[in-house]
Amino acid sequence: MAKTIYDKIWESHLVEEQNDGTSLLYIDRHLVHEVTSPQAFEGLRLSNRKVKLPSSTLAVVDHNVPTTDRSKGIADKESAIQVEALSKNCKDFGIEFFGLTDKRQGIVHVIGPEQGFTQPGMTIVCGDSHTSTHGAFGALAFGIGTSEVEHVLATQTLIQSRAKNFKINVDGRLSSGVTAKDVILSIIGKIGTAGGTGYVIEYCGEVFRNFSMEERMTVCNMSIEAGARAGLIAPDQKTFDYIKGRPLAPKGENWDKALKYWSTLYTDEDAKFDRELNLQGKDIEPTVTWGTSPQDISSINGKVPDPSLEKNEDRKKSILRSLDYMGLEPNTPIQDIKIDKVFIGSCTNGRIEDLREVAKIVKGKKVNKSVDAIVVPGSGLVKLQAEKEGLDKIFKESGFDWREPGCSMCLGMNPDQLKPKERCASTSNRNFEGRQGRGGRTHLVSPVMAAAAAIEGRFVDIRKII
Amino acid sequence: MEKFTKLKSIAADLPITNVDTDMIIPKQFLKTIKRTGLGSALFYEMRYDEKGALIKSFILNNAPYNKAKILISGKNFGCGSSREHAPWALLDFGIRCVIAESFADIFYNNCFKNGILPIILPENQVKELSEAAKQNKEIEIDLVDQKIHKGDNRPFDFEIEPFRKECLLNGYDDIALTLKKDAKINSFEQKKKSLTPWLY
Repeated sequence: MAKTIYDKIWESHLVEEQNDGTSLLYIDRHLVHEVTSPQAFEGLRLSNRKVKLPSSTLAVVDHNVPTTDRSKGIADKESAIQVEALSKNCKDFGIEFFGLTDKRQGIVHVIGPEQGFTQPGMTIVCGDSHTSTHGAFGALAFGIGTSEVEHVLATQTLIQSRAKNFKINVDGRLSSGVTAKDVILSIIGKIGTAGGTGYVIEYCGEVFRNFSMEERMTVCNMSIEAGARAGLIAPDQKTFDYIKGRPLAPKGENWDKALKYWSTLYTDEDAKFDRELNLQGKDIEPTVTWGTSPQDISSINGKVPDPSLEKNEDRKKSILRSLDYMGLEPNTPIQDIKIDKVFIGSCTNGRIEDLREVAKIVKGKKVNKSVDAIVVPGSGLVKLQAEKEGLDKIFKESGFDWREPGCSMCLGMNPDQLKPKERCASTSNRNFEGRQGRGGRTHLVSPVMAAAAAIEGRFVDIRKII
Repeated sequence: MEKFTKLKSIAADLPITNVDTDMIIPKQFLKTIKRTGLGSALFYEMRYDEKGALIKSFILNNAPYNKAKILISGKNFGCGSSREHAPWALLDFGIRCVIAESFADIFYNNCFKNGILPIILPENQVKELSEAAKQNKEIEIDLVDQKIHKGDNRPFDFEIEPFRKECLLNGYDDIALTLKKDAKINSFEQKKKSLTPWLY
C-alpha cells in the first residue's frame, strides 16, 4: 500500500498497537530543557526509576537564561534554581548537558539540528511545543508534557494514537522579500490555529523544495501554531548536506547506511492524504499579525479588521477582545502601526541565515530613535558564526543590542520582556495576550520585516526596500 | 493520579475561543520545580489586576464559581505551549473536568495524565451546558456510563478512547503500565539496533 512519509516513520517505530488504536511508539531522541523537566526527574527519583537510554537524550538550558552578561550567573533566584536543577539531574542520570557557559548552549530547537542530533526518519520529542521544528529534516518530531517527558525518560517510548495525514502544497515561486515566515503565517491564516488538530502536516511543492534547511525549520516550527501534532518535509540532498560532518551525525560506514535509509523517506506517489491544501507562492505577501492569535494575519498592505463587518458572533467577540488588548482601531492601515520594540531571535527565526538577512537590511542604517531593538542569536555557535562574519558589528552600529543566546523575549521568562502597552515587531511564534510580558503587544513578522520596522519605527513593505 | 469516576459540581462558564496556555498559566509561574501550588495563579492576568488585586468581574473570582470543579469554554481550548503547568494549575484550583467544542492536542493529552477529564461536545450541547452553568445548576459527569446529567431527563453522551477511560477510572500510572512491557521494548530496540545502527 502506498504510504506517506509520516506513515513510514510511524510504522517503523511501532512497538505495539492495541485494538482501540492506542499504540506504543519508540522514541529515538529526546531533547530536555530546564522548564518542563524538573518534575519529571523528581518523578523518576520518587519511583526509583532510571533513564532507560541516556545516550539518546540531550539537555540544555534556554528558556530561563539571561541574555546579558553571564559572568555573575543568574540574578533571578527561581530561574537559577531551575537551571541548577537541570545540571544536577543530568549529572545524576548520566545525560549530556550544555550549561550556561558552554559555547554550544542555545535554544533547544536550534542546537538539535546544529549538533547533528536531529536526523531524518527519527522520532524526536521534547517538553516543548516547538519540537515540530525538527520535522524540517523528515523526522517525526512533536512536543510533549512533563508526564510524557518522564515516560520517555523511563521507557524510551510514548503512548500515542495515530494522526491523520494533511498535505500542504505550495507551488511556484515567492516574490523577493517574501520569506518562509510569511508562508507559514499565511497557511495558519488560511486554516486557523485549530486547522491542523489531529493531523501531521507534510509540506510539499516547489516552494519548500527551494527552501534552505533554516527556512524549512521556520515553517515546521510553527506547525503547532496551526494545531498540528507535527509538520515535516521529506529529506533531500540539502538535508543530507546540512547534517554531514556535524558532531553527532553518522560517520564512515554508518553514514552510508544512514543515507541509504534516509533516501527511502518520501511519500509514495499514490499515497492518500486525509486533507489537502494548495497555495500558490506568488499569492503570498509579507505578513503581519494584528491580533492575539497567530491566525490573525494581514498583508503588509492590508488593514486592521473591522469587527462590525464580521457576521460570526464568536469571531466578532474574539476580534473585539484582540483589538482592545492590542490597542488598535478598526481599519487602521498596517503600515501606520508604530512600534516600540523589535525582537530578532527565537526557535522560529534565530538562526545564522535569519541574522544574515537582517544584517543586509540594517547595514549602514540606524534603528529609529523611538525603537529599542535586540538581536538574540539562537545558540552560542550561531553567535560565534555571526561574529566571525562581522554581523554583530553591523547590528551594534545600527543601534541593536547584541545578546547572549536563549529563548529570551519570545516568552519573557528571563528579564527580556515587554512593558504594558509596548508594541513589538517580533520574529517569534506567538502573539498571545501577555506572552512577551503583561500587557505587551506582539506583532509576528519575518526577520526582514522586523529589521525594516526597526529602521522606520513602523511596519513597511519590505518589497519596496530591497 | 487520583481516580475519576463521577463528578458532581456547578460549572464555571468561560466563553472565550482559543484559550491558550499562556492565559491559563503565565510564564512567571513556570519557574517552579514542583507540580503543586499553581491554583492561585490560574488565569493570573484575567484574575488579578496589575497590583495583584482580584478582578471582581472574572468568573472564577466569584462564589459559587470559585468552587467549580467543571469549566466550560470555547473552541480550541489549551492551544499554545506544551506546559503541563496548565492542567496542574486547573487541578490545583479544583477543576477536574473541562468541556469544550475542541481542544489543542498536547493540552488534551496532558489532562489525562493528571486525572482531569476533557470532554468534547458539539456546539449546541456546549451552549446548553453554559446556560445551565449560568443558572448555577449542578452538572454530574459519569465517566463509567459516559453521560453528563444536567438535572433533566436528557443526559448528554460523550466519547472517550477506551484506554484513556480505563486509566482515569483506575488512576493508573502510565509509566508503570508501560514498564510491564519492558521485554517487548527491549526486543524492539535490539531489532532497531541492527536496522539503524547509527542511532546507537
